[in-house]
Amino acid sequence: MSESAIHAQDLTKRFGALVAVNAVNLEVPRACVYGFLGPNGSGKSTTIRMLCGLLTPSEGDIEVLGLRIPEQAEQLKQHIGYMTQKFSLFDDLSVRQNLEFLATVQGLSRREEKTRVDDLLKRYRLDDREEQLAGTLSGGQKQRLALAGAIVHRPELLFLDEPTSAVDPESRRDFWEKLFELADEGTTILVSTHYMDEAERCHRLAILDTGNLVADGTPAELTAKLEGRTFLVRSGTPRKAKEALDDRPDVLSVAQIGNELRVLMREGDASIDSLRHHLEQAGAQAEVESVPPNLEDVFVVATRRHAAHQEQPA
Amino acid sequence: MNLRRLWAIMIKELRQLRRDRITLAMIMGMPVLQLVLFGYAINLNLRHLPAAVVDQAQTAGSRAAVQDLLASGVIELRATAQSPQQLIDLLREGRVSVAIAVPPDFERRKLDGREAIQVMVDGSDNVVQAAAAQLAQYPLNQPDDFHAMTEKPISVVSFYNPERRSPVNIVPGLVGVILTMTMVLFTAVAIVRETERGNMELLITTPVSRTELMIGKVLPYAAIGLVQTSMVLLLGVWLFDVPIRGSLWDVYMASSLLILANLSLGLLISTRAKSQFQAMQMTFFVFLPSILLSGFMFPYDGMPRPAQWIAELLPLTHFMRLIRGIMLRGADLGDLWQDSVALAAFIAIMLTLAIRLFHKRLD
Ligand SMILES: Nc1ncnc2c1ncn2[C@@H]1O[C@H](COP(=O)(O)OP(=O)(O)O)[C@@H](O)[C@H]1O
Ligand SMILES: [Mg+2]
Repeated sequence: MSESAIHAQDLTKRFGALVAVNAVNLEVPRACVYGFLGPNGSGKSTTIRMLCGLLTPSEGDIEVLGLRIPEQAEQLKQHIGYMTQKFSLFDDLSVRQNLEFLATVQGLSRREEKTRVDDLLKRYRLDDREEQLAGTLSGGQKQRLALAGAIVHRPELLFLDEPTSAVDPESRRDFWEKLFELADEGTTILVSTHYMDEAERCHRLAILDTGNLVADGTPAELTAKLEGRTFLVRSGTPRKAKEALDDRPDVLSVAQIGNELRVLMREGDASIDSLRHHLEQAGAQAEVESVPPNLEDVFVVATRRHAAHQEQPA
Repeated sequence: MNLRRLWAIMIKELRQLRRDRITLAMIMGMPVLQLVLFGYAINLNLRHLPAAVVDQAQTAGSRAAVQDLLASGVIELRATAQSPQQLIDLLREGRVSVAIAVPPDFERRKLDGREAIQVMVDGSDNVVQAAAAQLAQYPLNQPDDFHAMTEKPISVVSFYNPERRSPVNIVPGLVGVILTMTMVLFTAVAIVRETERGNMELLITTPVSRTELMIGKVLPYAAIGLVQTSMVLLLGVWLFDVPIRGSLWDVYMASSLLILANLSLGLLISTRAKSQFQAMQMTFFVFLPSILLSGFMFPYDGMPRPAQWIAELLPLTHFMRLIRGIMLRGADLGDLWQDSVALAAFIAIMLTLAIRLFHKRLD
């Protein structure tokens, strides 16, 4: 058995002329919460589907839990759980019926099935709604039901495709607690998201942009690389300050947050003083301070670098 | 194949069906509606059908006989013709739907007790045909000894429907038509709907096998098909006195064969159709030739060769022969083994193809 839960090399998927996933290399260790961060259309779902054996890669090799995919996909299916991006349980079955169906299909014995379903209903706070039709549940309840359905057979590896995109912040926090409980029990979790705050909670993450894996590592590693390149600018005339900063070639991006500007510099040795000086010359009085980089900055750097790289002639 | 899994899929399907009011209403309503429509449409007693007459005898007796027929009110004189050929032309052009010919030897035929008047009808119209049959019952109020001499004074020749359909003939076929319409569509849609709703992506990520999935999905519909069969048979017997001369067991065996054939075809369609709408279109692509070529509407023997070849490929054609043979002629499945085997082969081929073409993948 290999060390990592997932190993993928040069993974590529083309839909006609569109390259949805482009030569992605992936290494997901066991018992880890691994995040896929990327905007819509960046290829997160396509990658997950290839890893589950639902889509055949155009190119590349995949090994999941020591099995070659897609050749051994059928064997893999008893060991994985998959929570689809769109709610895919049966709207016209009750909560309990849905779970019982999945338990049987996943091969639980009659006796196991009863205790497991009761247990899941309680654990995911659905026991007061077990007779309700799944289609009539709220967003947060549906999502808990889908998670319960995906883990009914205690899979070693769990794929979650944007599990929190349709729920409120309270439910999101709650949901992540549940994920860490599962991870503590030894489940490997691969979860896609486009929320930075969620990505920050992952043990490791990969950033996808238009089908390319543009960065990966632990959140701390990723942000550490940008140490010294992020600043906060407070000014009475933020628009003017922004214009002045945009003119500087070593400024990668300026984002306005309220009256403050978050500035991300290119690689080099930019200092607070030089920024302040530049702003004064442009007639914008401002305070400048250094701030720790976050994943948003990592994302901006990674996607810009990739875009610049592509523009260069081969 | 794991039986517990198969059972789980069947139960799931039935539970979903129970909550699907519209499909349920269609399953139950369609047999009743069709039976009543087809059955009673044929029985309608129409009056004032446009008619043409040629009287080649031109005797007092012949003129009186024609007057009597007109007086019945069933037909209304629209044209007088000079020859039987003209009558046929009028009929073909659709200007009249009933044509009455009195032959030159009318008086002789009457004396001999042979058919003395010929009523020709546009048999492609069931309604007209029924009316003509009614006309034929009409007593010719002729010289007192007329009835003694002939039992059947008028002969009815049906031009475009030589088999002379009646509810008795229609109802057995209707079992097949209804099963073809509902069974193919319901299975095709049942699977495509799961794809559309996203359930399929979940199902194919579980260890459930293709065979379990396919069989588990169609078996509940097979049960429904048998319920529909029973409804049509019961109503047919009750409303139209349709006979079941063969054994009931054979009737159900033949129906089961057709049900399974249609379900397998539905499965095959579901592996190709991308949306419920496409599934419906593909269903009608099969349904239309089934209705037209199977012998339900038009007699098989009257069709051109290529049409007959196509008809042989349609399960409904074989079922028509089976069910009419069993119900109307009292035949058993053994007598009609060729059609039973044809249906069984159709099932085997379609089911194999469907399972082969269904992949537990999204591409
Ligand atoms: N079945 C498909 N056929 C054609 N294009 C597809 C298909 N699935 C996804 N795509 C395209 O591939 C790209 C990546 O999609 P997806 O993996 O769903 O992104 P994400 O999950 O990150 O939002 C998108 O441009 C999408 O339109
Ligand atoms: Mg997606």
